[in-house]
Amino acid sequence: MAETPIDFRTQPDKYRHWKLAFEGGVAYLTMDVNEEGGLKPGYKLKLNSYDLGVDIELADAVQRLRFEHPEVGAVVIRSQRDRIFCSGANINMLGLSTHDHKVNFCKFTNETRLAIEDATEHSGQSYICSINGIAAGGGYELALACDQILLADDGSSAVSLPELPLLAVLPGTGGLTRLVDKRMVRRDHADFFCTTAEGLRGKRAREWRLVDRLIPPSKLVEETRKIADEIAATSARPKEAKGIALPPVERTIDGDTIRYPHLVIEVDREQRAARFRIAGPTDAPPADARAIHAQGVAFWPLALARSLDDAMMHLRLNETEIGTWVLTSQGDGALVEAYDALLATEASSWLVREIVLYWKRTLKRLDVSSRSLIALVEPGSCFTGTLLEIALAADRSYMLDGVFEGSNLPAATLRLTSMNFGPYPMGNGLTRLGTRFLYDPKHVVALEDDLGAALNAEAADALGLVTFTPDDIDWEDEVRLAVEERASMSPDGLIGLEANLRFAGPETMETKIFARLSAWQNWIFQRPNATGPEGALKLYGTGKQSKYDRKRA
Amino acid sequence: MAIDYTQLIPNNVDLGSDRRLQRALENWQPRFLDWWKDMGPDGTSNFDVYLRTAISTDSNGWANFGHVKMPDYRWGIFLADRDPERKIAFGDNKGQPAWQEVPGELRSTLRRLIVTQGDTEPASVEQQRLLGKTAPSLYDLRNLFQINVEEGRHLWAMVYLLHAYFGRDGREEAEAMLERHSGDPDKPRILGAFNEATPDWLSFFMFTYFTDRDGKYQLASLAESGFDPLARSCRFMLTEEAHHMFVGETGVGRILQRTCELMKEHKTDDVRSVGGIDLATMQKYLNFHFSVSLDLFGQEASTNAANYYTQGVKGRFLETRIDDDHLLVGASYDIDTAEDGRIVKKSVSALSALNERLRQDYIEDCAKGVLRWNKAIERAGINFEMKLPHRGFDRRIGAFAGLRVSPDGRVLSEADWKANEGKWLPTDEDRAYVTSLMGPAIVQPGKFANWIAPPARGINNQPGDFEYVRFN
Repeated sequence: MAETPIDFRTQPDKYRHWKLAFEGGVAYLTMDVNEEGGLKPGYKLKLNSYDLGVDIELADAVQRLRFEHPEVGAVVIRSQRDRIFCSGANINMLGLSTHDHKVNFCKFTNETRLAIEDATEHSGQSYICSINGIAAGGGYELALACDQILLADDGSSAVSLPELPLLAVLPGTGGLTRLVDKRMVRRDHADFFCTTAEGLRGKRAREWRLVDRLIPPSKLVEETRKIADEIAATSARPKEAKGIALPPVERTIDGDTIRYPHLVIEVDREQRAARFRIAGPTDAPPADARAIHAQGVAFWPLALARSLDDAMMHLRLNETEIGTWVLTSQGDGALVEAYDALLATEASSWLVREIVLYWKRTLKRLDVSSRSLIALVEPGSCFTGTLLEIALAADRSYMLDGVFEGSNLPAATLRLTSMNFGPYPMGNGLTRLGTRFLYDPKHVVALEDDLGAALNAEAADALGLVTFTPDDIDWEDEVRLAVEERASMSPDGLIGLEANLRFAGPETMETKIFARLSAWQNWIFQRPNATGPEGALKLYGTGKQSKYDRKRA
Repeated sequence: MAIDYTQLIPNNVDLGSDRRLQRALENWQPRFLDWWKDMGPDGTSNFDVYLRTAISTDSNGWANFGHVKMPDYRWGIFLADRDPERKIAFGDNKGQPAWQEVPGELRSTLRRLIVTQGDTEPASVEQQRLLGKTAPSLYDLRNLFQINVEEGRHLWAMVYLLHAYFGRDGREEAEAMLERHSGDPDKPRILGAFNEATPDWLSFFMFTYFTDRDGKYQLASLAESGFDPLARSCRFMLTEEAHHMFVGETGVGRILQRTCELMKEHKTDDVRSVGGIDLATMQKYLNFHFSVSLDLFGQEASTNAANYYTQGVKGRFLETRIDDDHLLVGASYDIDTAEDGRIVKKSVSALSALNERLRQDYIEDCAKGVLRWNKAIERAGINFEMKLPHRGFDRRIGAFAGLRVSPDGRVLSEADWKANEGKWLPTDEDRAYVTSLMGPAIVQPGKFANWIAPPARGINNQPGDFEYVRFN
């Protein structure tokens, strides 16, 4: 494990880089990065540049706003600094970071940007970016994740993506994709923009669709407020509702065992694997949305999602050599089914909607985790509905046919619920079932006939829901070999392979962002033109000029 | 209709046969004149001012004196003569012939440098536009106007480069320089110091001594540029910049002289009681303008400065006279900086310390004038010494920003700072007093305000009662 593990748990009174304030139905998220507040030593976070620590706070705020503030219908992202909005990811930090930290950092920041768009699109919490100064690189990419971009029209405030001309890399937070896919900037305009280090400002920035509105700086605050107030007023979020508090996720790390509510993780360093033991609910679900609200974060689906989410972030960043996640569950499938039924019947409640959307994002985080995912469906497990999605997210699944000798646990079954048929789309816009059975969409429709049925190994196999169904004699060897074999292969190759196979079906902005991040960016970040001794990223800040290998590959 | 550009715009850039440039200037020149009318010296368009006009770059041509109306001033475009053998003197491209065209990869870097420099020129005209109303003499009024038209010409010089070498982007930048205005909350000038007001003549003299001297150092390092037209342009601008600093140095010197005279004449230290500016106030203004000007040099450690050097676009002060490899790879440089709340000496990469090095050259240059002022004070028999404050004093940019440093270089607590700030920087009361001295302009030839001494010599050796400005 990394020497000082990076902790993703934070809360507004611990923020060092952001201020969160509220005015009516509008939240103001103000960036004021503490130069000395870098996550690691060796760099200063100058000019509102960010590192993972800054983004962890942003992610926390975005998440908190959804659960704690149902009254907030619009969120303004802005900067506290004079004439600088945000200058993007800190270059010195990138220079000092290992490759895997850089990629992990990019992945996390991408997930946060997507969460911002998800809030705008599905939660009625619209993000507005108010730019007073320079928004460069990741700074502009943060703006691109917002629904509206307002730019001070002062002759110097500018937006830019200077990564290529300055650093010989590409924007790492979806900037290129969002330019042409989301904002539909013409490709020739985008080409000019992305090769011009200082970017564009004023009229041309608006005419080229890079920003939505130009506002004189003396009116920026007031106009931003007006726009945000208007948007908030039209939001469908319940203005009178009370939010639920998100206290820190309870976590104890005891050697190689990590304990969360409803989740225990055991790290096996020899096998380079982590076993997730997911616990189903122990009690019947509460009666209705009001009762869910009363339970707050103790409500089982929310508590488990929070545990899983933190566990994944923790393992990704702090346990990079643990390459395989073995996913198991224990509990009563009928209870899980009852919880899913409650989520479906109370879908109109703002809180239930947030919980379901959170599960959607958590499952997506699993989809894009660069770990081999192996699901083990064992006796006593409860891969039902929402939890079945975890097994469906796995690269491979093993389901025991029958029971273990001498154990009184009931034979493993799977159950489909309505949650498997829509609420948790993957990044490609399809359900996991839809992606799995891309070759036969009718099969997905037919599966609805089996809603609620306890499917044993034979039935699950026949329906294509699991990969292999060994019996108790073969089980141990089969599972051991699968994990050991995984540990023996090249991690790089596996990451590429898994990412290629997981996202069948249509491309979306989201799949493009992750695919291009891991393909193009990983390649460019490794090439001497960026990170070699004379590469641009290595030499940035030294005043030395990079020497490029001029061959086009 | 054919316009005779050689008559209208004196130049040595063959404007008469450059269609691209003609087209650009046809658009820009009327806007410039509108800008001058709206933002230049207020209510002066009918004055006949005894101005120096450059009509060529040779020794006879660059200083032609005569009375002209400022809107009719012939803002010329002059580059220092071209040395066909000139080589780039530093950085990765050292030894190669100087560029006569902008290299593609340096286009935006050069444009940014030229725009930043160019933006300061009209900015100071805007900052000074009301000063004419309170001029302490015709001589000073004329000097103010001379500086104003020359800053205007410096704008022309930068605009010429933008028009001639940077295509459509360059034309847009040239227009934007007329759209930004000093202190305008919506379209401010690029650099902070150029959005501050120049409310009185003491500030004006301090500004021309300290802030225009920053201009000298910026121009001097751009005069080393591998981009030859920029280098030649800046070299010629430096000859004019010298006059601005002369106005600053002699202006402050003449106030000090008058203050000493008043102290002796009335045998008092309370100079304010006899209508002069006391030495303590002079020191406070010096402290303020010096530290604001130091900020203009930027961060102690600067990637941009390092890049500019390695790329060959901006050199050091008197680059070619420095005895080293002019590459600076691996070289180090000692700087005074702040770390963890303390002032430290530190050896850093010479490339990233280029801003600090230029600041150091600047500080040494500033000190020379202070020395001359002190000699004059000493000659007057007054026991007082003007001092440059420590480089960490009252800084807003760089490692010292956020640290409280006394003029003699001690790190202070916030409470200590607050208790002494009024001794070191002009207070509202000080400013109100200086403002109170700024009466209506003194327009009788040969007369001077009570708080300033006449100059030792007239402009172009004109007599003391020469009518530098005719109001018509």
